[in-house]
Amino acid sequence: MKMLLQAPLVFLRLFYQSVYLAMGQIWANKTRSILTTIGIVIGVASVTAVIAALTGLKAKILTQVETLGSNTIFISPRRPDTGPMQHANFWSIRFLPEHFDGLLDHCPSVKRFGRQTWIGGKTVSHRERSVENVTVRGIEPDCHKIESRPVTDGRPLSVIDEIQTRQVCLIDPKLRNELHLDRDCIGQTILIGHNTFYIVGVVEPRPESVFGGGDQDRSEVFVPFKTSFKLQRYLYIGVLAESKSAEVSDDAQAELRFFLRRTRNIKPGEPDTFEVMSLQNILDIFNKIAIIVTMVAGGIVGISLLVGGVGIMNIMLVSVSERTREIGLRKAVGAKKTAIMTQFLIEAVVLCFFGGLVGVGFGQLLTMGIANIPKVEMDMAYIPLWAIGLSFGFSGTVGIFFGMFPAIKAARLDPIEALRHE
Amino acid sequence: MKKLQTMPTIAAKAEKPPSRPEPEGAIIHLRDVTRVYKVGVERIHALDGITLELHDNEYVAVMGASGSGKSTLMNVLGCLDRATSGHYALDGQNTTRLSDAALARVRNERIGFVFQSFELLGQHSALKNVEMPLIYSKNGWWTRRKRAKKVLERVGLGDRIKHKPNQLSGGEKQRVAIARALVCEPTILMADEPTGNLDTKTSESIMNLFDQLHREGQTIILVTHEEHVARHARRIIRMRDGKIYDDRPSNQSPADKPATEKDAGGKSS
Ligand SMILES: Nc1ncnc2c1ncn2[C@@H]1O[C@H](COP(=O)(O)OP(=O)(O)OP(=O)(O)O)[C@@H](O)[C@H]1O
Ligand SMILES: [Mg+2]
Repeated sequence: MKMLLQAPLVFLRLFYQSVYLAMGQIWANKTRSILTTIGIVIGVASVTAVIAALTGLKAKILTQVETLGSNTIFISPRRPDTGPMQHANFWSIRFLPEHFDGLLDHCPSVKRFGRQTWIGGKTVSHRERSVENVTVRGIEPDCHKIESRPVTDGRPLSVIDEIQTRQVCLIDPKLRNELHLDRDCIGQTILIGHNTFYIVGVVEPRPESVFGGGDQDRSEVFVPFKTSFKLQRYLYIGVLAESKSAEVSDDAQAELRFFLRRTRNIKPGEPDTFEVMSLQNILDIFNKIAIIVTMVAGGIVGISLLVGGVGIMNIMLVSVSERTREIGLRKAVGAKKTAIMTQFLIEAVVLCFFGGLVGVGFGQLLTMGIANIPKVEMDMAYIPLWAIGLSFGFSGTVGIFFGMFPAIKAARLDPIEALRHE
Repeated sequence: MKKLQTMPTIAAKAEKPPSRPEPEGAIIHLRDVTRVYKVGVERIHALDGITLELHDNEYVAVMGASGSGKSTLMNVLGCLDRATSGHYALDGQNTTRLSDAALARVRNERIGFVFQSFELLGQHSALKNVEMPLIYSKNGWWTRRKRAKKVLERVGLGDRIKHKPNQLSGGEKQRVAIARALVCEPTILMADEPTGNLDTKTSESIMNLFDQLHREGQTIILVTHEEHVARHARRIIRMRDGKIYDDRPSNQSPADKPATEKDAGGKSS
């Protein structure tokens, strides 16, 4: 009975002894250990960084879903993958404003919708001051409600502005500051290109968007939808819609699709020349992409771990042959095969864990690097705890797997021959 | 597994089987032990029918020309090697049938081995080196430390416990090795040419240490090429071609001393 109790104790002591010995061994061969574990360091660092980036992107998208509301539906032209329109000119499949006339009557699940246009790279000026590269967005009044960009000063764009194609605009605080306008700038005029616009309101700055692309820090000016065609004759149109509730989001999308096929004269059997997508769809697509990215990264990591593992095996074999006499001695003073094997196995595992630790450290640095690249929207990137666990799990497995052969080799040595070695 | 293998060891240690013919205190009993090496088609009889008895607190030197089988004998006695045939009982326990794990345990608990080239671990202190065998037996950290310190004091190195092997002289290194061999309180201390790498004066001091250990009750068997070393022992066994041809107290001169041995005796292997 006493022995039964002692058996795990003996193993435990052997275990921490081995860990201790392994640390000493790694410390004694610092350079070698570092070089050996580089494969594992790279593997772990890249896997943690990729996971961190994906996690950050996902968190970002989720916050976006929260601010935009998951009822939001995006509609935009898209070339189909098949059919006669496959190679169509992008201009030829653009939306026309009239495609959406009467939409609310035909789509009962849609609460509201708004057409919008984008004009990039406009120069906006006020007196001597001017700001270049401003995005001008022509929006219908409902776009604001869907996007929830409340007007903080002044008033939002109205239906009258729209009908009368008034030259009025909303600006964001950033532009106001850049143009050195007063805090209360309502009623003042600015030049967009060569057209004069009255400022009727100031909108909240845009929540940072993952869909915005690379123009996040550009200023924005909002003008009525129709008015935007005064600035530029030919414009691409996009549409924002909102379903009545999250439950009917799918219905709303189906209705929109059906309605648009009719207004755009798409014959039965031909594919859509547009795309209707909810934020949920985008999230689903992101998840799919994330899986692919994870798999590709996993493959790369797998290879680098394999290479790292072979490195570990090599160095452990070197270690075994270098320390043949030591092994012989240990056996001569009563170390069993299992003890020798444990020692070398643990040494390999500790070496891999060490690589994993350094790898997670580098992964953290990489993550911090990614998070601080401007305009890449990765500031929410972080390494989740499970990824750290996974890294160590993998490192340990590599250690056991590739350390096994050298450890068995060491354990099998004959003490007399080992002591005679050299 | 582990438990099953170790049980007989304990049992055999506790009570001696009554059938054993050897007299009280016989801790080693060899009967017709052979060790045959196969090299290609050739068969080398390194040990060729050794029959030997060692009693408690004996002090034995094994001598013989190079290649006469001394090291082979020590390896078999030290359970590092297995006899090809014959019977070997240590502490009344037959070792020929024991598993590798059980033999490792016997080496750990009953045998202290001292090597010609010390075999200390370079990166560890004297204390750590001496503690090492205790890692493989059931001793806690504190016991290990205490016992290692005590045995280092016993071999006269109480003030060198922190030194690494490269900070020790040859004689001190061998003392550390002897301390390591003694730390598990073995039934028998075995040494294969312990003074082979040492100069005469240091050899003498190491032999004085062996003498002291013998006085303290330790059973010792050592291999040597040198008569002046062998004279420290109480009994000298002489070997030739894997056989014992002479075995008598060290104060009696050997009956027929072959002329060749004197030539071979000078050089060490
Ligand atoms: N592993 C082995 N394989 C084959 N032959 C061996 C092996 N080990 C020892 N021998 C042979 O066994 C014989 C006895 O060797 P052993 O080492 O016991 O001699 P020794 O008495 O210790 O010699 P020395 O005084 O030189 O150390 C020698 O002939 C040797 O060649
Ligand atoms: Mg020899």
